[in-house]
Amino acid sequence: MAEALAHIREITDLGMIQIRADLTEAGAAITKAAAIPLPGPTSTTTNGSRRLCWMSPDELLLVLPQAELAAALAELTTALAGQHVLVLDVSDMRAAFAIEGGRADQVLAKLSPTDLAAMPADGMRRSRAAQVACGFWRQEGGFVLIGFRSVADYLRGLLDNAARAGTGLDPR
Amino acid sequence: MSDNGPFRLSRGGRLIDRAYPLPFRFDGRHLRGLRGDTLASALLASGQLMMGRSFKYHRPRGPLASGAEEPNALLGLGQGGRFEPNQRATTTALVAGMVTTSQNCWPSLNVDVGAVNNWLYRFLPAGFYYKTFIHPRPFWKHVFEPVIRRSAGLGKAPTEADPDSYEQAYAHADLVVVGGGIAGLLAARDAGRQGKTVTVLEQNPHWGGRTPTDHADGQSRIDAALADLRAMPNVTLRRNTMATGLYDHGYLIAREALADHDPNAGLPRQRLWRIRAGHVVVASGALERPLSFAGNDVPGVMLASAVRDFIADYAVAPGRRIVVVTNNDDAYRTALAALDAGLEVPAVIDARANPSGALPQAVRARGIRILSASAIAGVKGGQGVQVVQVCSHVGAGQVSETIEADCVAMSGGWSPVVHLWSHCGGKLNWSDAQAMFLPDTSRPPTGDDGAAMATPVGAAAGDLLVAGATGAEPEQPLLPVWVMPVNATKAMKFKMWLDFQNDVKVSDVELAAQEGYASVEHTKRYTTLGMATDQGKVSNINGLAVLSAALKQPIPQTGTTTFRPPYTPLTLGTIAAEARGDLFQPLRKTPMHGWHQAKGAHWEPVGHWRRPYCYPQAGETHAAAVAREIRAVRGGVGTLDASTLGKIVVKGPDAGRFLDMIYTGMMSTLPVGKCRYGLICNENGFLIDDGVAARLSEDTWLVHTTTGGADRMHAHMEDWLQCEWWDWKVYTANVTEQWAQVAVVGPQARNLLERLGGMDLSPEALPFMGWAEGQIAGIPARIYRISFSGELSFEVAVPAGRGLELWEKLHAAGADLGVTPYGTEAMHVMRAEKGFIMIGDETDGTVIPQDLGLNWAISKKKSDYIGKRAQERSHMTDPLRWKLVGLESLDGRMLPDGVYAVDEGVNPNGQRNLQGRVTSTYISPTLGTPIAMGLVRHGPDRMGEVLEFPVAGAETYKARIVDPVFYDKEGSRANG
Repeated sequence: MAEALAHIREITDLGMIQIRADLTEAGAAITKAAAIPLPGPTSTTTNGSRRLCWMSPDELLLVLPQAELAAALAELTTALAGQHVLVLDVSDMRAAFAIEGGRADQVLAKLSPTDLAAMPADGMRRSRAAQVACGFWRQEGGFVLIGFRSVADYLRGLLDNAARAGTGLDPR
Repeated sequence: MSDNGPFRLSRGGRLIDRAYPLPFRFDGRHLRGLRGDTLASALLASGQLMMGRSFKYHRPRGPLASGAEEPNALLGLGQGGRFEPNQRATTTALVAGMVTTSQNCWPSLNVDVGAVNNWLYRFLPAGFYYKTFIHPRPFWKHVFEPVIRRSAGLGKAPTEADPDSYEQAYAHADLVVVGGGIAGLLAARDAGRQGKTVTVLEQNPHWGGRTPTDHADGQSRIDAALADLRAMPNVTLRRNTMATGLYDHGYLIAREALADHDPNAGLPRQRLWRIRAGHVVVASGALERPLSFAGNDVPGVMLASAVRDFIADYAVAPGRRIVVVTNNDDAYRTALAALDAGLEVPAVIDARANPSGALPQAVRARGIRILSASAIAGVKGGQGVQVVQVCSHVGAGQVSETIEADCVAMSGGWSPVVHLWSHCGGKLNWSDAQAMFLPDTSRPPTGDDGAAMATPVGAAAGDLLVAGATGAEPEQPLLPVWVMPVNATKAMKFKMWLDFQNDVKVSDVELAAQEGYASVEHTKRYTTLGMATDQGKVSNINGLAVLSAALKQPIPQTGTTTFRPPYTPLTLGTIAAEARGDLFQPLRKTPMHGWHQAKGAHWEPVGHWRRPYCYPQAGETHAAAVAREIRAVRGGVGTLDASTLGKIVVKGPDAGRFLDMIYTGMMSTLPVGKCRYGLICNENGFLIDDGVAARLSEDTWLVHTTTGGADRMHAHMEDWLQCEWWDWKVYTANVTEQWAQVAVVGPQARNLLERLGGMDLSPEALPFMGWAEGQIAGIPARIYRISFSGELSFEVAVPAGRGLELWEKLHAAGADLGVTPYGTEAMHVMRAEKGFIMIGDETDGTVIPQDLGLNWAISKKKSDYIGKRAQERSHMTDPLRWKLVGLESLDGRMLPDGVYAVDEGVNPNGQRNLQGRVTSTYISPTLGTPIAMGLVRHGPDRMGEVLEFPVAGAETYKARIVDPVFYDKEGSRANG
């Protein structure tokens, strides 16, 4: 029996904080408060446990262990007080999956029109998985894909189906 | 074996493996082919020349071609859910155990009653659908159409669900080469050496195109190119992959066959590739054209290239005595292949006066007669060729000689496959010298930079020999031949097929021209030339040449029909791909979805959400369940899963000013801690959403939208912010799914929530239209005291991850209170009892708030809001507009939804004038009577009047205009 293209695992302990701000003005404060460098367009930065994702010219997503969420939220809110920003806990509205294994890129290539070969190691893409919105970045051994909570079952079904054993995209 | 017809040769066949015989069935007969066979070669090898019948006349049909262009040999393939009609025998690989059936014949392939049409062809000319059966009118529907429908049509549609799976995948490449023949492979090699990422797509299972068959050392040239390509990591070679279409921005769609022939492998059967190509090389080759002579559709008359393919590739002889008829040198290759295989070639009939090129000379050297300046006057035979009649090509068809033969290999020249080039706007030029349409590289399909996004090479660019790569000797020019012989009689033209699949003959196209059809597109539809599964791959050029001659104009003036994707038919399964069963559509589920499901909720789709419509108990009808839920809420306490309601955070120094523009009412003055109902209109003044906004802090509001409006209203806000008020300091965020929201509703609502504990919910601490933040049952929560039912009501929002916990705690703590989950229908009925409007019921995109008596929610103080100026236009302020009223049925029957109230008189169309319509209608379990709301011409001024609602098949409904608030008019119940 051939192996699945990748192992699909739901991640349930991610905290996520949405930050909307003028990054040229608030960038330094965000970097300091979140203890992580600012990412460039379409990329992410990481400090080990945390990842800061560039979502748009005025939006970031801080991904961190659930346990650090409350403190990070408070620190960011305090650091940015008085500035025109929006800092929100959006952990509960997301579903997250790890796509891990040698052919994780092939699983994604069945669902998203992204040019994965052109996506660098620190890249971040906001795209779609079949019929729903998603975002993803690379992490050791594959990708992390996030989507909306309400369609978690759909996403899981898509990923499992795309990873089915024997369905690799290599030419035969 | 008979002495005539096709058979397997004892030697040769580069694609077959004689060690592996494969059994299969054709029309119930057990036959045997070899591994590597196509269905067509396996059938021919079994002596089966006839493979189907034509569309209109049910004429016997054998294979014409050996590839994707095949118009005739279409079979029903498989059984049950895997049955597929119209599969081309020439491109379908043989699989052991395959079950195949011939099509379009009844009762059998050999004896077909529909073939009577054959004798009626004089009565079924071009356009017969349009002109023969028009009168008398009813006859068409009741007599002609059913009869024609039964005899017409190609294969049958499958009747069971397809058990196979399909998928799609995306790919990106600097260069995509379509076609794995010699020209494509060399173009790929050049690009690969430049370091480009290259993908090569080949529709067949094997590489090389015509080169291995047509050129002595062709296979080794192909093998050498493949070896180079396989050594390049930046080159991807994909066989069994047909490029179906090229679209804007180098978007190329291709279909890869993965497990077409191994349904039990558990693999996706086919995969649709969606490729972004930096550039496309069109190396799709060329297709040979038939010659139009009388009897050219008799089984055994085949394209010359197909005859030598069957011999060389599959060691199948289509006949024992093969007459070659041609207007070019290339067809002489077929004569040589036949001779090499030990078959007889009684003559080569060449329309040209003096065929003297290297290939004709080689044939002549083998002692074969070459009849120059000659033509075929007719082919005799029913289900196979028997006799070929020869005449002079420049004459009217007087027979000079007859030749016994069982196969005719014909070649009318070649047409480059320009489909991909043309799909996205590439233009063509007619070449008189080559008698073909060629890609005009000065007018290519262009990309975003205005430069060509495709380049034609090889035969697709008109270079049929690709001499530089194949080493082929030069050939003499062909003689364009559109009708054979030149001065053929009318009777002969009745037997000259242009479109073999649809039975369109030279006579049909000439008749169309005579009847005034000048446009090739119109002629196609009128005659059906080039329609159906093959889209005229072998017939189009001959057809438009005949049309041009009939119109006495040059061919380029007539032009071609439009080349549209897909190149060959696509299975619908590849387009749907994974979107079937559970993955058909994304279903949005609230955090309590599983609980509702376990309680047997009957679902209502709301956008992609599923919401409980009601929770029927054992033996309970939906109506009874709804009534029970309403009584439980009004009499005690119920819970509604309101998580799907849109929730949008609006924050910033300009947020108040912004919301004053978004809403008709005033939101900037709302105190922190308070809620306010608001209406959102578009710039035309029409009501598009409603809901309650809460002020969370000095610069932050939370906007509730309808379930269906969440994404739309967020987009509406961003549209205005980004395009109009880009300098306003406002951020919005759609946090709909961050929160689970539970409406706890009914006289016992406060009691129930207090049992969970943690927050002061007294009227003093949390008055109506207030909100509070705290912890309820240990769960962080915001509680909004708002009511859509008229009852005491708290909407409790908690982080989505804890929604189910809250819901279950409410039901545990309220068991003795009879706490009852209620669904959307109970919610709808209760809001209607209160006269509250529902977006989508009382509104339909043409209704303004003023129509609904919602003037109280429109601020008079504001200078502007979106929709304000539109609402001041004369038609919007017309006192005769249809406005919201309640409707009380006079006889106790519930008014049907959507019915119209009639007025006196008729309109110019003779229809009754109208004065209103029903927008919401229910049986109220609370009141025990039907209730309804509707929009009626200046209805609020007409209280007490009775309206009539005629309904087909029932007694006219009558209803009195009343106040739309049916229940608790003073509104005291919301205070508990």
